[in-house]
Amino acid sequence: MKKKINGRTLLLFWLVLSVLFLTAVCIGGSFLDETARVTDFSRKNISPCIQYPFGTDWLGRDMFARTIRGLSISILIGVCAASVSAVAAFLLGVVSATMGKMADGIVTWLIDLVMGIPHMLLLILICVASGRGLKGVILGVALTHWTSLTRLIRGEVLQLKEQNYVKIAYKLGKGRWYVAMKHMAPQLFPQFVVGLVLLFPHAILHESGITFLGFGLSNEQPAIGIILSEAMKYLVTGKWWLALFPGIMLVLTVICFYTMGDSLRKLIDPASAHQ
Amino acid sequence: MMLEAREISFQYEKNSRMILENFSIQVESTDRIGLVAPSGFGKTTLCKILAGYERPLGGEVLVDGKALSEYRGYCPVQMIWQHPEQSVNPRRRMRAVIEEGNQVDPSVVDGLGIEADWMNRFPAEISGGEMQRFCIARVLGEGTRFLLADEISTMLDLITQSQIWHFLIEETQRRKIGLLTVSHSEELLKKVCTKLYYLETKTWG
Repeated sequence: MKKKINGRTLLLFWLVLSVLFLTAVCIGGSFLDETARVTDFSRKNISPCIQYPFGTDWLGRDMFARTIRGLSISILIGVCAASVSAVAAFLLGVVSATMGKMADGIVTWLIDLVMGIPHMLLLILICVASGRGLKGVILGVALTHWTSLTRLIRGEVLQLKEQNYVKIAYKLGKGRWYVAMKHMAPQLFPQFVVGLVLLFPHAILHESGITFLGFGLSNEQPAIGIILSEAMKYLVTGKWWLALFPGIMLVLTVICFYTMGDSLRKLIDPASAHQ
Repeated sequence: MMLEAREISFQYEKNSRMILENFSIQVESTDRIGLVAPSGFGKTTLCKILAGYERPLGGEVLVDGKALSEYRGYCPVQMIWQHPEQSVNPRRRMRAVIEEGNQVDPSVVDGLGIEADWMNRFPAEISGGEMQRFCIARVLGEGTRFLLADEISTMLDLITQSQIWHFLIEETQRRKIGLLTVSHSEELLKKVCTKLYYLETKTWG
C-alpha cells in the first residue's frame, strides 16, 4: 500500500531543509573568511573541478569560499535590516492604529513618502549619505523596508478593533492590556513573523544590488554583489563559472527564505491545520 | 434596580434616517420585556444603545439613576448578540470565552447544557447553537443586572430553544436580573415575557 505524505509533514520538511541550508552557509562563511582572501597565482583561472568546485578567478582565489563568505555577509545584513524594519513596522503599525487620527495621518504620510520614491534610488541615497560600507547598507535596507509590513499591521489592528468580540471584552470589564494580549497578539503574531521572514530575501537582493552598482560594500570584501560585478568583466573571455555559480547560490538562498516564510505561514495558520 | 432610557434618539450617520426618536422605556429588575417590531425598526440598535455599545444622539440611558457611561469596569447591562460566531475570537478556545466573563458560576455552565468536552475546542469546531450557549454563559457572571437578548435563539432547534429559555427565565428570576428580549417570533415572546412592547405602534401589550 502506498503511503500518502501528509501536507504538513512536507511543509515541515521544506522548512527544516531551508533552515539547514541557510545555517550551513552562515557557519561555512565564518570559517572560510581567510580562505576567501588568499590569492595564489599558481592556480588562477581554473575551471570548476573537484578541488575547486566553483573554479578560481584571475587572482587565483577560490570561488567556492568567496561565494559562501559573500552569502554569509548577505545573510547577516539581511537579518539586521529585516529585524530593524520589522520592529519599526510593528511599533508604527500599532501607534497608527491605536493613537488616534493625528498619529495615523503622520504614519500613513510617512509610508507614502517612502513608498513614493523609487526603492533603489532611496536605498542608494541613504547608503551613500551614511558613509557606505556595512553600516551604510544595513541602514539603507532597514530604512526602506518597513513600509509594507507597517501597512499590513496597521490594517490588521484597525480591523481587529472593530470586531464584536473585542467590543464585548471591553464591556466585560477587560482593560486595553488584556485585549491587546489575548485578542490582538495571537492574530498579529503569525503575520508579523511571516512578514519578518519574507523581508530577508528583499534585503539580500537589495544588498547585492547596490553593491553590484558600486554604492554598497567596499571592493576588498567578498560580497556577492562585488563578485558578480567583477565577474561581468571576465565573462566575455569565457570564464562563465565566475558569474554562474555565485548567481545560482544567491537565487538558492533567496528561494530558501521564501520557502521558509511560506511554510511557516501555512503551518501557523489554523485554517490549514487539517490539510 | 431600574434600567431606563430617557427620550433617546439615534441615527448612524448625519442626515440619514432617524432610527429612534424620543424613545423612552423602563425595565425593572423583575421585568421580562419582549420587544416586537418588523425588520429595520431599530431593535438591535436599541439594544446596542442600552448596553452602551453606541451612544445616543439625544437623551440618556440610566441605571439606577446614574448614567450608564459613568459605570467603569464590568458593565451592569450585558447584551447577547444574534451572531455568536462574530462574538467569539476564532483563535481562542471556548474555555477562554467562559473565563472572560466575570466569575461565571459552574451551575450556569451546567444549566445551559455545555459539555466539558466542548471547552477545549476552537469556535470553528462546534456548532452555532453550542457557541451561543457559551456566549450566554459569558454574560451571566457576577455583576450582571440587566440582560438584553437580541434574537438569541433563531439558530437553535426547538428543543434547545426551550431548554435555554427555561434556564434563562429561572436564572433571571432567581438573581433578579431584568430581561429585555427581541425576537421576530411573537409566540416565543408571549411564552417568555411578562410584558410585550410593540415598537411600531409604541404600545404595550
